[in-house]
Amino acid sequence: MKKYIFMLLAGLVVGNSGCNNDEFLDLEPKNILLEEDVWTDKTLVTSVLSNLYGRFPDFQSIEDWDNFTEFDEAFASNAGTYGNHRNADYGYGSWGMWEYGYIREINSFIQKCEAATELDPADKAQFLAEARFIRAGVYFEEVKRMGGVPLILEPLTYDFSGDPSYLRQPRAKEHEVYDFVISELEDLKGILPNEVSDKARATKGSALAMQARAALYAGSIAKYGTSTPQVSLPGGEVGIPADMATGYYQKALSAAQEIMTLGYSLYQKKPDLGENFASIFYDKNNPEAIWVEDFKLKTGKTNGFTIDNQPRYQSEEQQGGRLNPSLNLVQSFENLDNTFAPLPIMDASGNLIHYTNPADLFAGRDARLYGTVMLPGTQFKGKELDIWAGYMRPDGTIITSSNLGGQADINGDGTNEQVVGFSGPIDGLEFTAQTGFYLRKYLDPAAGSGQIGTRSEVWWIRYRYAEVLLNAAEAAFELGQPEVAAGYMNQVRVRAGLTEPLTAADITFDRIVNERRVELAFEGHQLFDMKRWRLAHVVWNGNRMTVSDLTTNIGKADKTSTMPFGLWPYKYLADPNNPSNTDWVFRIVLPNPVTTPDRFRLGNYYSQIGEDVINNNPLIVRQPNQ
Amino acid sequence: MKINIFAILCFALGVSLSSCEHDNFEAPESKLEGRIVYNGEPINVGYNEVNMQLWEPGWQLRSAINVLVDQDGSYSALLFDAPYKLVIQPAQGPFRSIKNEVTQSDTIMVDLKGDQTLDIEVMPYYMIRNAQIAKAGSDVTANFGLEQIITDANAKNVENVTLYVSRTMFVDRGNNIATKQLNGGDITDMNNISMSLTVPALTTAQSDIFARVGVKIAGVEDMLYSPVQKLPL
Repeated sequence: MKKYIFMLLAGLVVGNSGCNNDEFLDLEPKNILLEEDVWTDKTLVTSVLSNLYGRFPDFQSIEDWDNFTEFDEAFASNAGTYGNHRNADYGYGSWGMWEYGYIREINSFIQKCEAATELDPADKAQFLAEARFIRAGVYFEEVKRMGGVPLILEPLTYDFSGDPSYLRQPRAKEHEVYDFVISELEDLKGILPNEVSDKARATKGSALAMQARAALYAGSIAKYGTSTPQVSLPGGEVGIPADMATGYYQKALSAAQEIMTLGYSLYQKKPDLGENFASIFYDKNNPEAIWVEDFKLKTGKTNGFTIDNQPRYQSEEQQGGRLNPSLNLVQSFENLDNTFAPLPIMDASGNLIHYTNPADLFAGRDARLYGTVMLPGTQFKGKELDIWAGYMRPDGTIITSSNLGGQADINGDGTNEQVVGFSGPIDGLEFTAQTGFYLRKYLDPAAGSGQIGTRSEVWWIRYRYAEVLLNAAEAAFELGQPEVAAGYMNQVRVRAGLTEPLTAADITFDRIVNERRVELAFEGHQLFDMKRWRLAHVVWNGNRMTVSDLTTNIGKADKTSTMPFGLWPYKYLADPNNPSNTDWVFRIVLPNPVTTPDRFRLGNYYSQIGEDVINNNPLIVRQPNQ
Repeated sequence: MKINIFAILCFALGVSLSSCEHDNFEAPESKLEGRIVYNGEPINVGYNEVNMQLWEPGWQLRSAINVLVDQDGSYSALLFDAPYKLVIQPAQGPFRSIKNEVTQSDTIMVDLKGDQTLDIEVMPYYMIRNAQIAKAGSDVTANFGLEQIITDANAKNVENVTLYVSRTMFVDRGNNIATKQLNGGDITDMNNISMSLTVPALTTAQSDIFARVGVKIAGVEDMLYSPVQKLPL
């Protein structure tokens, strides 16, 4: 009993002392920074800003390899992702984005930064400009996916009155969002510094590059939107009037031309053009990159892209090889005489053509092919890839194995020989090169980049100079200046070894489309390019493909490409007793997990706005065709 | 200890029994079914291509029930008894909606009380007439006519017609093993179109194959098909 009395007494003492001292409840926290502390210190504001930079959205990026396999650029050699090749339709909500939490924090940053009194005025102007740059970028990302969205430019705050309806805002017109982005960047290019060497923060160059791209997108939606009149809304939330196209194209061209005066240039450091192209994406001493998401080893900010996609054979972990570029993409790279052709695996009478080395098949092609794709017979990190599907006998029968580097007795002498590469391809076995190819772009050749314990510091380039040139070329072409367009396009092509210049007469819409396809593959452009040209429902039309569909009409913008094909190398076993002395032959295959062609519906052009959003805000108009 | 285990078991049993009472909602039991028809004739569409939306008014939060139309133009849905608004979105199907007399729009009111059969009349751009698909040797031949139904300002051209052969009863542009295509501009007589193809060798033996013809109408997303026909292999 005594015990309880003491406990009660102790409780009373504590309770009384707490009540008497009001400041007890009003102590300064020691483990978090308060707002009034943050807005007095340049370093702290920088860290808030870097958080905003770090959350900038990308649809496809090196932090998200599987999104690259949604279309026809690549096959996903990963059992959990085969679904991308098995479902016909894209969900209406695919690629959607409704990032108003993020936008609110940017708006709130701007509001508080403007109100801050103890910051150096020059720093403050820089911070404000960077935050506005991020906000313009986020609205550009929104409008690319959703069309017109509510333009909210200050942090909205609920007053707890019980009626939040005053916070509801309708969607802006699609062109109003583009106009906002373009005019913000017009403003910012005069404020942001022209720092060519500063890649991770907003600069004059990145503002102009984003502006050129946004204007080009708006222009092409205005122009090509006329081919799909169903993809529009009467209120203009989706669709841009056709008569605005010229203005946007002019803006895109002038912005791109302004970047050309700032000091950026194409990366041309290595004599081997293919290796040179691959280096753009991992060499950080780089005059071409304009705005990147940077990564650094031994910090929290590293990426696992090399772990995911390194060749299975020399992998530093028991995985890799997930992204397999498709034959559809590989054959889009031109011959050095500016012609398109399927890879020559068969002669006119249908006999397989024999090659001494597997890489010989790809000789005389655009150097960007080597820089983008790891081809059979090439190396990564100084090691052969070992991609071959088996031995083919003269009668066409195949000897292979279902294990990596598996063995079989090919000549009956009682000893087993290796009959398939250590990187595959083996149909249906994840991480092997099931299309016969691995990805090279963005793969880090540094030692340890393929280890989970180390990871990679390769950066993700959002804007680079070659794209600016292609944007300028496209805008000039659409404005009826093909000779100007040819000039810009030739700069990019010479770097790829295509030294025979295109003339003004050569520049066609098909050329523009294919140039972006090969130069900018695996850089997150494909979906948005196909959407703005209104080609997505034509190219990904849900039609099943045959091999002859694949190998005809290469280089045509409206070519059907709904399934990722592969190309498997075989050793030709002319003499079973001497299996090391072999020629190489090739066969086109459709990987087994690819069962269903992709179908992009008209309702996919603008991603669905969630019913929750519409229920909360009835002013939001639904997307068309869903 | 024994008592504790006994108590825990009793508690668990109690929870499991009482939850039976509260967790189980009644399942929807009323079946709404029917077909998409033109003058009573069903309109065949592609697998998973065309869908309709059912909206039940009166709730605070709204969300559509999607009802898929089957290959043969039929649909069915198990629902709760309630008044529904049935809408076929403008871009869906190789047809246009007919203005509903009651709502004066493309919305159809469905007052569901028990099972109900409801055929939905629409205006197709074209109808496939007298489709006959036959197999001789390894060749499949289709003969059919195309009747243009919408001939006013909303008329559309035929982009192409295609004969599809499939291993399964799902036969359309995405599910096939062989196709033969004829461009719309190359059709000389709309009432008498003939096309044939050779069935490729199958890797696994089966007794039948399936075929039908599809019509792609320019500027219309979903295709129009003839009924699936089973052919002995």
